[in-house]
Amino acid sequence: MIEVDAIIIGGGIVGASAALFLSKAGRRVALLERDFCGSHSSGVNYGGVRRQGRPLSQMPLSQRAHEIWGQLPQLIGIDGEYQRSGHLKLARSLDDLRALQDYAASSQGFGLDLQLLDRAELRARFPWVGDVAVGASYCPDDGHANPRLVSPAFAQAARRHGAQVHEQCAVSAVEHDGQRFRVSSQNGLELHAPWLLNCAGAWAGSLAEQFGEAVPMHAGHPAMLVTEPLPLVMNASTGVEGGGIYARQVARGNCVLGGGQGFALDAARARPGQQAVIEILRQAVELYPFLEGAQAIRTWSGTEGYLPDRQPVIGHSSTQPGLLHAFGFAGAGFQIGPAVGQALTEIICNGASSTPLDAFSITRFHSISVA
Amino acid sequence: MKPVVIVGAGPAGLRAAQTLVAHGVRPVLLDEAARGGGQIYRRQPANFKRSAVTLYGFEARKAKALHQTLDTLREQLDYRPDTLVWNAEADALDTLHEGRAARIEFSRVIVATGATDRILPVQGWTLPGVYSLGAAQIALKFQGCAIGERVVFAGSGPLLYLVAYQYAKAGAKVVAVLDSSPFSAQVRALPGLLSQPTTLAKGIYYRSWLSAHGIPVHQGATLQRIDGEQRVRSLNWSDAKGEHQLACDAVAFAHGLRSETQLADLLGCEFAWNPLNRAWLPQRDSAGRSSIAEVYLAGDGAGIMGADAAEMAGERAALAVLEDAGHPIAPQRCVQLAQSLTRITTFRKGLEQAFIFPEHWAGQTADGVMICRCEEVRAGDIRQVVREGHWEINRVKAHCRAGMGRCQGRMCGAATAEIIACESQRAVSQIGRLRAQAPVKPLPFGLEIES
Repeated sequence: MIEVDAIIIGGGIVGASAALFLSKAGRRVALLERDFCGSHSSGVNYGGVRRQGRPLSQMPLSQRAHEIWGQLPQLIGIDGEYQRSGHLKLARSLDDLRALQDYAASSQGFGLDLQLLDRAELRARFPWVGDVAVGASYCPDDGHANPRLVSPAFAQAARRHGAQVHEQCAVSAVEHDGQRFRVSSQNGLELHAPWLLNCAGAWAGSLAEQFGEAVPMHAGHPAMLVTEPLPLVMNASTGVEGGGIYARQVARGNCVLGGGQGFALDAARARPGQQAVIEILRQAVELYPFLEGAQAIRTWSGTEGYLPDRQPVIGHSSTQPGLLHAFGFAGAGFQIGPAVGQALTEIICNGASSTPLDAFSITRFHSISVA
Repeated sequence: MKPVVIVGAGPAGLRAAQTLVAHGVRPVLLDEAARGGGQIYRRQPANFKRSAVTLYGFEARKAKALHQTLDTLREQLDYRPDTLVWNAEADALDTLHEGRAARIEFSRVIVATGATDRILPVQGWTLPGVYSLGAAQIALKFQGCAIGERVVFAGSGPLLYLVAYQYAKAGAKVVAVLDSSPFSAQVRALPGLLSQPTTLAKGIYYRSWLSAHGIPVHQGATLQRIDGEQRVRSLNWSDAKGEHQLACDAVAFAHGLRSETQLADLLGCEFAWNPLNRAWLPQRDSAGRSSIAEVYLAGDGAGIMGADAAEMAGERAALAVLEDAGHPIAPQRCVQLAQSLTRITTFRKGLEQAFIFPEHWAGQTADGVMICRCEEVRAGDIRQVVREGHWEINRVKAHCRAGMGRCQGRMCGAATAEIIACESQRAVSQIGRLRAQAPVKPLPFGLEIES
C-alpha cells in the first residue's frame, strides 16, 4: 500500500507537469500511466506552442504557460526543440482576414503583440506562403516544439524531483472511503491519497462519470504527417483561419503538417486514413508551394478528448471533494498543459489557483443530459 | 462486386493469380515493379536481350515459367504494374501509380509483398560503393551492371554465395567472400539441409565454383569496417587468426532476408514473434489465412522461405481464398502443397543453422556506427536512450528518431532492435514491435487524385 498526498491518473503533459510542480512543492505524488508517459496526445500532437487563436478565456492560462515554456530547459532538463519561431495565421479570404483583425482587436491587452499583414506585407516577409493567402496575423513569440521529447521529459523531471511515476500501470478501481481515495492498478498497486487528479485525456470521462459527473466528451483523431528533410524555408509555424491545415518546419528540415481527422483503430490507437492524408497533401501545395514534389514519409494520429464547446474541464469536481479534473483540451493542450499542472498544484497547496479557471468548470455540463 | 486483389507479382503473387484464374476468378494484381517476376526472378527491361540462363543460371527454367505465366494470363487479369500500395484500411488499398493516387476496394486480398535484405551495419556502410546483397544482384540482373570493379561479398545467407557466383560468372572481379558463419555451423546444419538435396547441391556448387576459380572464401569471417573517402577503398575483416585488410572498390553485404510486413500490419493482422526469422511476423495458418478474415498471406513477406516455397504458398493462399468464397477446389492439391511446404520448412531450419545469426553483432558494434542512415542515428545514440530507461522500440524511436526516416525502419529496424535488446539486456523478442505507419514508401505532394 502506497500512501501519498496526490494520485495523478494520466501521464500526459498535464498530469506529468502537475506531478512535477507538486513534487517541487514538497508533495508526495504518484503518477499512474496506462501506457508510457507522453505516448498519446501529449506526445504525438502537432507540436504547436501557440497562444494566437485561442479563446480569450484561455488567455490567462496560456500567458502563464508562455512564461513556463520560456524556462523549459531549467524545468525539464532539455530544450525539447522548442523555438519561438513566431506563429503565422493565414487568411484565404477577406472575410477570414477580417476575422483575424477582430481577434487581434479583442485579444489586445493579453500581450500577444499580434501583427496584421496584408497581402504585400505577407509576400515580403514570408515569401514561401502561396498566393491563396490574402493576408495573415503574426504572433512573434509563439512557436513550436517536439512533443515526443517534451511531454515524456516532464514525467522524467517529476521523477527526478521524487514523484513516483508508474508506467504501463492501468487503473483498475477508484473509490473514496469518506477520508481519501483508494486507487488500485491492474498490476497490483494499491494507493491512498486525499487528492486525486483526473488527467486521463480522452479517457477521463469514465472517471468523471463514476463520480456522478458525466460529460459529453468524444474522441477525435487529428491527422498528421511529416516530410523528408527539406532545405530550411519556413521561419514560422503556421495555421489557417477557419480551420484547414497547419504546418511547421523543424531544425532538421522536416516539415510537420496536420489537418483533418483520422479514425480510431481501437480505444487507444488511431490512424490518419487516406482521405485526411490526401487532403493535407493537396492543401499543402496551395499554401506552401515549395512542397510540390517533396515526399511525405510518415503519417500518424492520436486520440484526443473534445467537449462540445471545445474548451477543457479544469478544476474541482462538484460532487467529490479532493477530486480535480483536467481534460478535454480539444487538440490544444500542449501549450497550456504546463500551466494547468501549475494551477492544479496551487489548488492543492494554496487552496486556489492564481489564474481564474471558472470558465472551465465541469458544472457547465451538469444541465446537459448525456446520451 | 469487389475484386480479389493480390499485392506483389513475385513467385507467390503470380502463382496465386494463376490459381484464381484457373478457377474462373479475375483478380486485380498490383505490383510495384514495372515488370512482374519479383526480386529473385526480376525481369530485365524489355530492350535488354540477355538469355534466361545468363540471368538466372540454374533457376532459368523456373524464372521463364513464371514470366510466361504472367504473359499468358495478362488478358485474364487486371494487372497493374508500377503501382505502389502505400496504405491499407479495413477493406481498401490505397495506391500510387504515375503520380496518381487511387483507392481499390477488395473482397479478399492476398498479400505477397516479399522481402528485403537484413542489414547489420558496420563502420563505413554508408559509403558509396556499399550495397546490400539483394541490391547488388538487382544491379546485375536488371541493369546489367556490377556495383564495382573489385567487389567483396560479406555477411551470411544463401544469397551471399549466389550473388558472388553470379558476379564472377558475369566477369566481375570478386575479391573475396566473407561468410560470418563458421564452417562447423554448416556441418551441423547438414541434416536439415538434406531435406532439399537439389537446393543444397546448388549451394555447394556455387561455393565450389568460387573456390575452383581462385576466389578466396573465408568462413567465420566478420566484416569489421569499410574505409574510403569518396567511396569504398578497402575493408577490414577478422577471423580466429586476426584482422586482415582487403583493397576493393565495392562491398555487398547482408545477413539473410527480412519480410516486408508493413502492409499486413496496416491491414490489422495479428503479429507473433517468430524465433526462426528472428522477427515479428503476421500470423497465418498453413493455408495462409491471417487473423483478418479477408486477408491472406503468402511468400517471403510472411516469413522467409524462398522462391520455391513462395510459389506453393501463393497457390495455397489462392485455394484458401477460393474455398472461403465457396468455390469447389481439389483437396488433394492442398495436401500435396502442405507436404512440400513442410519439407521446405525443414530445409529452412537447416539454413538458419548454417547461416547462423551473429548474436555478438550488437555488443561488438561501436557507438559511432551509423544504424539509421535516414535520420543519422548512431549505435551510441540508441544506447543513450536505453540508458535513460527506455526499452520499448517505438519509445526508443520517439526519443532518438531511429527508424523514423524515409525507410521507416525497413533498412534499420532489425539492427535497432538488436542494439536496444543488447543494451537493455532483454531478449530481442521482449522489446516490442516497430509499428507500421503509412505510407509504406514515401508519398509525393502534388499528386493527382482519381475519383
